[in-house]
Amino acid sequence: MANFYTDNPDLKHHLTHPLMEKIVALKERNYTDAEKFDYAPLDYEDAQDSYDKVLEIVGEICGDIIAPNAESVDHDGPSVADGRVTYAPATQENIDACRKAGLMGMAMPRRYGGLNFPITPYIMAADIVSRADTGFENLWGLQDCAETIYEFADEDQKQRFISRVCQGETMSMDLTEPDAGSDLQSVMLKATEQPDGTWRLNGVKRFITNGDSDIHLVLARSEAGTKDGRGLSMFIYDKRDGGVNVRRIENKMGIKGSPTCELTYKDAKAELCGSRRLGLIKYVMALMNGARLGIAAQSVGVSELAYREALSYARDRKQFGKAIIEFPAVYEMLSVMKAKLDASRSLLYECARFVDVYKIYDDIAKERSLTPDERKESKRYSRLADSLTPLAKGMGSEYCNQNAYDCIQIHGGSGFMKDYACERLYRDARITSIYEGTTQLQVVAAIRHVTTGTYLGLIREYQSVDVKPELQALKDRLAVMTETYAKAVEAVGAVEDQAYADFMARRLVEMAGVTVMSYLLLLDADRNDSFARSAEIYANLAQAEVEKHAGFIASFKPAEVALYKVD
Amino acid sequence: MSLNIIVLAKQVPDTRNVGKDAMKEDGTINRAALPAIFNPEDLNALEQALRLKDANPGSTVTLLTMGLPRASEIIREAIYRGADSGIVLTDRVLGGADTLATSYSLAQAVKKFGNYDIILGGRQAIDGDTAQVGPQIAEKLGIPQVTYAEEILDLRDGFVTVKRRLENGVETVKAPLPCVVTVNGSAAPCRPRNAMRVQKYKYAVSPSEAAKLSDERKALLEKRPYLNLQEWSAAYVEADPAQVGLAGSPTKVKAIENVVFTAKDCRVLDGSDACIEDLVKELIANHTIG
Repeated sequence: MANFYTDNPDLKHHLTHPLMEKIVALKERNYTDAEKFDYAPLDYEDAQDSYDKVLEIVGEICGDIIAPNAESVDHDGPSVADGRVTYAPATQENIDACRKAGLMGMAMPRRYGGLNFPITPYIMAADIVSRADTGFENLWGLQDCAETIYEFADEDQKQRFISRVCQGETMSMDLTEPDAGSDLQSVMLKATEQPDGTWRLNGVKRFITNGDSDIHLVLARSEAGTKDGRGLSMFIYDKRDGGVNVRRIENKMGIKGSPTCELTYKDAKAELCGSRRLGLIKYVMALMNGARLGIAAQSVGVSELAYREALSYARDRKQFGKAIIEFPAVYEMLSVMKAKLDASRSLLYECARFVDVYKIYDDIAKERSLTPDERKESKRYSRLADSLTPLAKGMGSEYCNQNAYDCIQIHGGSGFMKDYACERLYRDARITSIYEGTTQLQVVAAIRHVTTGTYLGLIREYQSVDVKPELQALKDRLAVMTETYAKAVEAVGAVEDQAYADFMARRLVEMAGVTVMSYLLLLDADRNDSFARSAEIYANLAQAEVEKHAGFIASFKPAEVALYKVD
Repeated sequence: MSLNIIVLAKQVPDTRNVGKDAMKEDGTINRAALPAIFNPEDLNALEQALRLKDANPGSTVTLLTMGLPRASEIIREAIYRGADSGIVLTDRVLGGADTLATSYSLAQAVKKFGNYDIILGGRQAIDGDTAQVGPQIAEKLGIPQVTYAEEILDLRDGFVTVKRRLENGVETVKAPLPCVVTVNGSAAPCRPRNAMRVQKYKYAVSPSEAAKLSDERKALLEKRPYLNLQEWSAAYVEADPAQVGLAGSPTKVKAIENVVFTAKDCRVLDGSDACIEDLVKELIANHTIG
């Protein structure tokens, strides 16, 4: 009888952020859908009530079905026979529950049978699902791929495929190949056009999450003879047509319930999605940004569970005559875990809201031309979303790994045994900082927003908000941190040496990240007292991080990079 | 073949998580301390009904409940999960009913409802645990009953085939329609609320709830007729006043005691026939059995 939404008031705090009113009004086109669809909201309050009620369903399914199933799913895992994947029985039960609850096309427009939810409440559902079962979040979260079809496919394809996703069919994105991981430009899967306009796919894909899904998005080389990203196009493969088989599934360290497949394509019939040659350079980039936000949500869900497991164990476990939570070494660890959790969650939803604004404007632009003000605003939010996505994914995933580590530490020897959820969590957490772009690649994506000043500009905006008097001292401390960060950016920028700049990138991005998150928690605390503790604790942590990096940068000579070089 | 399915359900205090303040001084339930929920086995019954509906397109599932006006909460809950509509049988004169008066009142409501193919309900409610209401309704309607159902295996040609879960195993029986089937907690759990249906029906209200709404919401009820739930009175179902409520209830509560288990030690029996016979005699003598 657990409910993972209602037992966590922090979620509602983020769901009811002031910017949501604007987002929902835009998303609902001033609530005109209510005339056409009997489940569309009548006004903002009604929309919020619907999000609340639907997230309650998500919370209940997670608490009563998905979380209790997580252990057996981890143990049983999926299997493969005759080219087809069979999920673990409990995974199938999870999928059926989500289907019946109508949670498979949450962000898709109503005309295709979706719920037309903004990204923010959808991402909140991902956060909740991940807490219940990290690996299941992958299967459920692949409904994200429908977004790519919605944005780039033609109307006929949208009608045919999106409605099926809303009915509960699953998806996969087939990008990676044995020789094309982080470097997707090297994709080799061959696409050949047929006289009837359809295509045939031939080749191999590897590490494909949920690779036996009903509807696949496939990145393939449509332009024979090309070698780079400009020869790649996006295709939709429908499992009903056949031609793709699962050769094997990987035996993974974590997220074991989610089948990771090696796929063989033998003359598999497929249709082009969008325009030729834009597969990687446009569509995959869009797909990736959505997927990264999904992993950021998955990471926050893991952090949440890690914190809860650790807290409950620390309260129960008695040593030296008292509960271990009473020892400073333990309660410090717990408070820092909570601060990291709160910080990464605030960043996640700030990012989700920014994504919402610009994506909705993009969508409105298909119906009418935007006013100059709207265009400007859309551009601004698009840039902000672009800057916060790699931070939310990169830092959120690192934090969830740290929290999973500390969760085991608090469990002591018991945490090393298979008896507690924390060992599964630790294994599940590990992938978050690797897939959909490693943390190192998130740094590559984020660093330009350090050098072009996107982060500093955003921080200056946060600084311009007045806060309650009792938070002023904290705000002043953050101002000092900001100056330290700004100086470090200047110092690194003054050196004209690419290797040195790349070497320092991680430090600068982390400084930007912790500063942004400190401000977000400050603003959360301003709106809701329950965040005051985490805001203070996180600021302590962030300040130490910023000073550490600043000190390193100040004393480090560019020529020293050579010292680190390994042949 | 489309079916008219009635699901009997009850809103009950959640007795599964009873705390210290669950009972008042006089031994009655402190309803304020216990959340009101959909009786768990009635949810199992609803799932069987929804499966029949899935298998027989065009069928309708109507929830019938007797209780306070707030029992419309469980009707909304059922509609969120896939039921089509619901009726609250509510009236002051129905209050204080035992199982006899309850089954009479509900049977009257079923007669008023008229054309039905099958009636499903939970085996028993967690507040009374009698398991009497379903069977008594069948008797009053003069139709067959199948109790302890775990799964409806088949429904065709005017017959329903049901798997029953009994103490020592399972039994498969076939009954002519219409009939009453009471469903066990071991049956499949009810499907979750559906996100789209929740948004569509969240403003569904009974007339007594509608009376308290703003004009704006009242206007919505006119615009969307499916948001109006039904409330039936004792007079509407043509119930004999002498057979309903307290007046129609032969069961009288003499006293309620707070029982605290004191015996904590256990006895080990050697398993011989004589030993078992002695125990049986003892249990009969102290009225534990028999």
